[in-house]
Amino acid sequence: MPVFTPPPLPSEDKRWKIVNGTMRKNGFARHALIETLHTVQSSFGYLDDDAIRFVANSLRVPLSQAYGVVTFYHYFSLKPPGKHTMTICTGTACYIKGTDKLLAAAEKHLCVCEGQTTKDGLISLSTARCVGACGRAPVVLTDGELQGQITSEQLIAQLERWAAE
Amino acid sequence: MTFEELEQIAESVRLANAKYDHEINVCMGTGCLSQHSDKLKDALTAAVDAQGKNSFVRRTGCMGLCAAGPLVLVDPDEILYQHAHAEDAETIAASLGGEPVAELQCNLREHFDEQVHIVLENSGHIDPEKIDDYIARDGYKALLKALTEMTPKDVIQQITDSGLRGRGGGGYPTGLKWGTVAKAAGDMKYVICNGDEGDPGAFMDRSVLESDPQRVIEGMAIAAYAVGANKGFIYVRAEYPLAVSRLTTALRDARRHGLLGHNIGNTPFNFDVEIRLGAGAFVCGEETALIASIEGKRGTPKPRPPYPATSGLWGKPTLINNVETFANIAPIIRKGGRWFAGIGSERSKGTKVFALTGKITNTGLVEVPMGISLRQIIEGIGGGVPDGHKLKAVQTGGPSGGCIPAHLLDIGVSYDALVRIGSIMGSGGMIVMDDTSCMVNVARFFIEFCMTESCGKCIPCRAGTAQMHTLLTRICKGTGTMDDLELLEDLCSTVKEASLCGLGQTAPNPVLSTLNHFRDEYLEHIQHKRCPAGVCNMEAPVEVMA
Repeated sequence: MPVFTPPPLPSEDKRWKIVNGTMRKNGFARHALIETLHTVQSSFGYLDDDAIRFVANSLRVPLSQAYGVVTFYHYFSLKPPGKHTMTICTGTACYIKGTDKLLAAAEKHLCVCEGQTTKDGLISLSTARCVGACGRAPVVLTDGELQGQITSEQLIAQLERWAAE
Repeated sequence: MTFEELEQIAESVRLANAKYDHEINVCMGTGCLSQHSDKLKDALTAAVDAQGKNSFVRRTGCMGLCAAGPLVLVDPDEILYQHAHAEDAETIAASLGGEPVAELQCNLREHFDEQVHIVLENSGHIDPEKIDDYIARDGYKALLKALTEMTPKDVIQQITDSGLRGRGGGGYPTGLKWGTVAKAAGDMKYVICNGDEGDPGAFMDRSVLESDPQRVIEGMAIAAYAVGANKGFIYVRAEYPLAVSRLTTALRDARRHGLLGHNIGNTPFNFDVEIRLGAGAFVCGEETALIASIEGKRGTPKPRPPYPATSGLWGKPTLINNVETFANIAPIIRKGGRWFAGIGSERSKGTKVFALTGKITNTGLVEVPMGISLRQIIEGIGGGVPDGHKLKAVQTGGPSGGCIPAHLLDIGVSYDALVRIGSIMGSGGMIVMDDTSCMVNVARFFIEFCMTESCGKCIPCRAGTAQMHTLLTRICKGTGTMDDLELLEDLCSTVKEASLCGLGQTAPNPVLSTLNHFRDEYLEHIQHKRCPAGVCNMEAPVEVMA
């Protein structure tokens, strides 16, 4: 039986070594697909075609299947994120406390819809299904940092601070 | 690791703690951390040192009362401080040994007195990243007891006697499930801990994993011994980074102490656990979908049977339990199934952790004995609805559950009672709604959730939830008709009966329960184009009667 040799790294970028490390740790097993995609996303911020192709080839998973997995899970993003990310939680507790107003205010202020990045690539606006901090609802994640009991004014102020940087 | 070695560790922790006059526990759960309790802890440590107090400042997991965070608990006096910030550190340190700081003190005795802590017994008392703290509070005694004094059959018998039922929402008897996996043929079996807490408005599992991760690992190890598995997976949401990092630390420490790995407790038993990250798909909370996800595939459910107990992960017999279920195991083995069966109601034993949120004064995590009335939870422990508003409904069970109207608050909380009134126990989210919430809009919110989260494999769920969402949106906009309502009810039964997995089968529950208890609100939207709570934006101009 021919011995499988994983494909070479796509570029000199050191981050590919981290990605390769995850696959090696799992013995290049097919079931390591999601684990590896997590590593790609945490290293690069998003998943592009090259990355998906590389991971699929390395793990001997059909490209269609790898792409299917990427698009199935909300956590994976095919587009590069903005410099800053504003994630608004839309879980039930936050909904009861009026998160729809926060989202509407942010969308209006940034002129983008949820899931999009401003044209200058500065701010990405996204929603989360529930970040599990319901005791502090409504909550947002500003660059991953949790802020509870937030008002529309505070949210806009944060967006303006980023824009002024 | 033997009993003697465990006892030695416990004794050394106790001796080390006894040296101090006071122990200052600072809550560093997600809620309090978001209010910078880490800075508070540093400030307290510095203040205690500067003032020469013989005290010890400890990072702990969630204390439960998120509304009043950041929280500080001073032992042994049991003084609880609320809304404590770094600038209060000096005052708190100065008060040690004297009168407590009155303006920071939290006097919510009724909030804590009515609770019974089994799952949360260590939360807020131990450092979640120190395995020795856990061992000092009887940690891993249950595992060693099971391995050295009990046969796998004895363990399953104790769990069966305890009457423990699955805490993920289904309420399937845990002992029965373990028995089935134990009987399944095969030399390779798996134990999976379901920490894919997808219900929006629920954070019990997150809190347990962040506050007391070793307890879950111990529960899994006992389960593995009982069913004959030696490999485990914990499936955690990627949205819970703190839980993942604390679990990673906990697993490493357990391995170092010989409590995971080969020949645990000098017995032939081998067991190890790996973490698998979820990637944001609600349907992965369903066990067959979760298994597909661990296998690295799209998380779509499979028809059952075969059940995972006979053919699960990679076709092998697999035991799947929820985080809270595993968290109950160690105390049951330590104190016996009978002890556990003595708590709770007739057919629902033990306690349940609820995430109490929404329009309620004391938001946070509570653990109550089964059978307690909703009124006690909401008005007693929860402190009622704030700002003079009136309670309208309580939502349990997330998108699979229903809304319980205010007049049914006196029913006792148990699996069966909640099903009887059109809701479910669910994983433990309990969202309180007041008169500012529109029940039609709430139903639409949940259907929108199910519509987006439907994996698309079966048509009733994929197309049904989308159609229901269209109808509900129309009603919310004031353009719905009575025919729409009839069609909606019709669709509810189709989706319920014909969907493949739990997501679709329970998706109509929020609609059905609001239709059942709040039909007048639907009629108001349709017939008078009016939203009684003033939430929905009606397209047609509203005529206001003077």
